Amino acid sequence: MYTQGLDQAGSKPRRRDGLETDAQLAAFQARIDADEKIEAKDWMPEAYRRTLVRQISQHAHSEIIGMQPEGNWLTRAPTLRRKAILLAKVQDEAGHGLYLYSAAETLGVSRDQMVRDLLDGKAKYSSIFNYPTLTWADIGAIGWLVDGAAIMNQIPLCRCSFGPYARAMVRVCKEESFHQRQGYEIMLTLVRGNAKQKAMAQDAINRWWWPSLMMFGPNDEDSPHSAQSMKWKIKRFSNDALRQKFIDATVPQAEFLGLKMPDDKLEFDEQTGHYRFGEINWQEFYDVLAGNGPCNRQRMATRQQAQADGAWVREAASVYAEKQAARNAA
Amino acid sequence: MTTHSDVEQARLTYALRLGDNALVLGQRLIELVAHHPELEEELANANISLDFIGQARLFYSCAGELEGRGRTEDDFAFLRDDGEFQNLLLLELPNGHFGDTIVRQVLFDSFYVLQLEALVSCTDAGIAEIAARAIKEVRYHLRHVSQWLIRLGDGTDESHARVSQSLLDLWRYTGEMFSGDLVDDCLRDACNGPDLARIQEQWHDNVSALLKEATLDMPEDGWMISGGRQGVHTEHMGFLIAQLQHEQRACPGASW
Repeated sequence: MYTQGLDQAGSKPRRRDGLETDAQLAAFQARIDADEKIEAKDWMPEAYRRTLVRQISQHAHSEIIGMQPEGNWLTRAPTLRRKAILLAKVQDEAGHGLYLYSAAETLGVSRDQMVRDLLDGKAKYSSIFNYPTLTWADIGAIGWLVDGAAIMNQIPLCRCSFGPYARAMVRVCKEESFHQRQGYEIMLTLVRGNAKQKAMAQDAINRWWWPSLMMFGPNDEDSPHSAQSMKWKIKRFSNDALRQKFIDATVPQAEFLGLKMPDDKLEFDEQTGHYRFGEINWQEFYDVLAGNGPCNRQRMATRQQAQADGAWVREAASVYAEKQAARNAA
Repeated sequence: MTTHSDVEQARLTYALRLGDNALVLGQRLIELVAHHPELEEELANANISLDFIGQARLFYSCAGELEGRGRTEDDFAFLRDDGEFQNLLLLELPNGHFGDTIVRQVLFDSFYVLQLEALVSCTDAGIAEIAARAIKEVRYHLRHVSQWLIRLGDGTDESHARVSQSLLDLWRYTGEMFSGDLVDDCLRDACNGPDLARIQEQWHDNVSALLKEATLDMPEDGWMISGGRQGVHTEHMGFLIAQLQHEQRACPGASW
């Protein structure tokens, strides 16, 4: 999964006066321009480090929160095969969270701190997971559209200038690609099924199409930090370019399924070779980002509850470890 | 006298019971997905549930072949009523807190490992083959949950008190594992299946050693509840099955 709005939160990182010389900054940029990978122990501007910590940790949080909407259908998956596949997918997401947190840790922030920031509401995660999964078809739509959008975003991240993030993305992308195909296969099975199943598939697209488009973040003119990220080669393509690429790839897939995107203005433009599409409801996007989506509170409450329920377990494990250490020392 | 068809029926019922145990426990563990406080445990739980769902699929497919009426794994999982499931009652109990889940898993896996070990040399090739595969998974599960039990038992006063209570609460469900019926007898006598009396002894020794390491007292064997083999379940089972079968029941005959 992908976290959109990466350049939304947080104050703009400032240059560390006196600690970062123009020569250092120029040398760093030269390395970026030469397509060198920046590794964890290399010198980097504070703003670069902070941007990456924010982006990678938001990405990790998105994987973890993203387990909830899909987990909502694990107990009700319609066949044992589907149940096993969905379970493996949700497990993959936990795994993605784990190596993304590890990638962020190479930048000097602990996983505990990142998790605390999430639980305290300081850190963001992808807004898409604040929408509810109401039917089984939503599991198909998430795989196809949400993971599809994630792949569009993440393939370029495999070439991101920061080595640990880029390498984590290579593996994540392979798994996301499988997730996307399983989502599409669920949709294909539904549209080949009975009338109720077809209606379920259409309803899912009606609800997930626009939020998927929002995953690419605001329009380029409203995305102030993008230029710096592009210069640092953290970001390779603009929000609008990726969104267009996603739409161009996805609309024919919907046509193959016999489903209609909920956009009357959607139309292929012969001249440009791209689809034209209607206006995205950016008010909804900013509302959900601000905490006013259907499931924001529920998602956070679930995570906070899990954390609270686990307190006595973590305490027991650490006390046991201390006892063991004392026994071994004796 | 045990006839050929009695043996056939026993093998079928036995395979179904193995499938039911795996599915019902897997279903319970799945409820915990996305609710773990630690990522590593989240991954472990998903792994363990996935193994159980996989085992259920294999045992149900095996049952389908033994029955020979064309029923699939999904027919057994989704189109039988709760009274037709013959899992152990222990496995359908709600997850409770982390300690309850761990104790349930320790008590069952300690039995299941021994049951599978015995089944590896069962003369029913289908069941033996699945057992040989499942045992590798369940040995790992047992190791994992045993490590947790030791930490909770020998951790803080609170964790010790909590798991001690879990043990007392769940102990009464353990007798059912060893109180076999004609199906168990038939599989033992005609197919070299597990000898429950022997398994009970080993289970008792193994669990006792583990509890000792976890600084926990082994509860007394008192009154034991049973009914799973007869399809007489706890009040919790109906809800578990209702969720499990939701889609299949809402859209009868649909392909998924």
